Amino acid sequence: MGLVPGLIKGLGVTGGTILRTVFPDGLKKPIPAPSRGAETVQYPHEKEAPPPRARGVIALHEENCTSCMLCARECPDWCIYIEGHKEKAPPRRAGGKPRKRNKLDRFDIDFALCMFCGICVDVCPFDALFWSPEYEFSEPRIADLLHDKSRLSEWMETVPEFEDYEAGSEAKKLKVPPT
Amino acid sequence: MLAELSYWQITSLRVAGGLGGVLLVAGTLVYLHLFKMVSFMQSRLGPMEAGPFGSLQLLAEVGKHLQKEDIFPRKADKFVFGAAPFVILASTFLLVAVVPAGPDVWFVNVDTGIYLAMAVSSVSVIGILMAGWGSANKYSMMGGLRATGQLIAYELPLILAVVGVVIQAGTMNMQGIVAAQANGEIFGWGGIGNPYILTQGVAFFVFMIAMQAELTQAPFDMPIAESELVSGYLTEYSGMRFLLFFIGEFATAGVFASIAAVLFLGGWWAPIPGLAFDDNVWNLLGPLLLIGKIVILTFIVFWVRFTFPRFREDQLQRIAWKFLIPIALANIVVTALFKVWF
Repeated sequence: MGLVPGLIKGLGVTGGTILRTVFPDGLKKPIPAPSRGAETVQYPHEKEAPPPRARGVIALHEENCTSCMLCARECPDWCIYIEGHKEKAPPRRAGGKPRKRNKLDRFDIDFALCMFCGICVDVCPFDALFWSPEYEFSEPRIADLLHDKSRLSEWMETVPEFEDYEAGSEAKKLKVPPT
Repeated sequence: MLAELSYWQITSLRVAGGLGGVLLVAGTLVYLHLFKMVSFMQSRLGPMEAGPFGSLQLLAEVGKHLQKEDIFPRKADKFVFGAAPFVILASTFLLVAVVPAGPDVWFVNVDTGIYLAMAVSSVSVIGILMAGWGSANKYSMMGGLRATGQLIAYELPLILAVVGVVIQAGTMNMQGIVAAQANGEIFGWGGIGNPYILTQGVAFFVFMIAMQAELTQAPFDMPIAESELVSGYLTEYSGMRFLLFFIGEFATAGVFASIAAVLFLGGWWAPIPGLAFDDNVWNLLGPLLLIGKIVILTFIVFWVRFTFPRFREDQLQRIAWKFLIPIALANIVVTALFKVWF
């Protein structure tokens, strides 16, 4: 492309974007409505709908956690704190020996340290950690970003149902059947 | 009416009018073009929170800059560094003095108005060089030198483009140029007067490109090229003085656009057939028409600014000396020949 046609085409691109932004209905109905034409989402007034697989925050399904510590050990930032104790559970058959079960006492994630790499979600063998698209969890004090297991469990409600990546793809298999 | 007032009253009226004319126009340009137009160009909204549709955003920015510390580098030449932004603002305010906005709406009406404007516009080079030198910073110095080379190179096509208009109008008086356009005829046809953009289109083209370079707007923004020189001669400035540079940039854009409007678009007069108002109506309508033309011309300036990437330093000089100046000279010759023949 020559010099002058290139320059004119450049002006056309930017000028065309102005027209598309200011007049989203096209030039036949020239009503200026830039808030509809622009891509901007005016955040505090209107909320953006994040895509379902967005990495917003990590949610905890408490019943599935066996406090195996795999996530805490794999975490590059060491931002997961887990404490647990063993407790007796009723035997599976009458007259049998009582079973031992790991009870979770503490499961905190320090979101001031977390870098949202998702290794903990990947590494969890029992489907206890999930990505949630929820993103409004900022705090005025940095120490308050250490969220405990009750807060992490609340976010389970915002975890979307798994959808296939694309038509005909391998369906996701839950590692632990839902109880 | 003005004749009844004493000298100091007229002077203070002129100062107030100049301040209002420069700052209001500069604020309008910042809001319309820098905040809104460039946002729409990138499919976003720009400031929306301060005032209706973000119209008070500039006041918020001014408040922010006023709170900042006025930093002087330790090795800076304090007086030169501190005075530089005021020199640039002074050149802008001197420029606006010669621009007429109506038959009786003017600050000074000198016979050599456009000559004065062209002479005063080159004062800003000194301010930029002062800023570059006084900062005691190698990037500032290089920015200042680049600005000097650029502004001197583009002053020539700017003035040569004006010469064509002056030849055709037969006067250097700004009011005279407006009158020549209002009463002019295009080869014997006087239906819409003769806005010189029609007969001096080449000069208009050269003037607009040279104006873009004089305002150091992209693609001619090598003096403050942020990828090469940090921020050029603005590097060491902060707070109030940076704000003065910022206002000066947009005020000068408005003033240069008003000069271009007077030279090529008829200034306060509108090229509409059968429009015959008396002077009182023009006195009210003229400033509005002039501001409308300023907005249109600066729209072109900022459209180009936000579309094209920066030239290389040698390309900049080549465009001025090998392309614009020969075109402007040829335009002068052709204009002079037509002036003699017709």
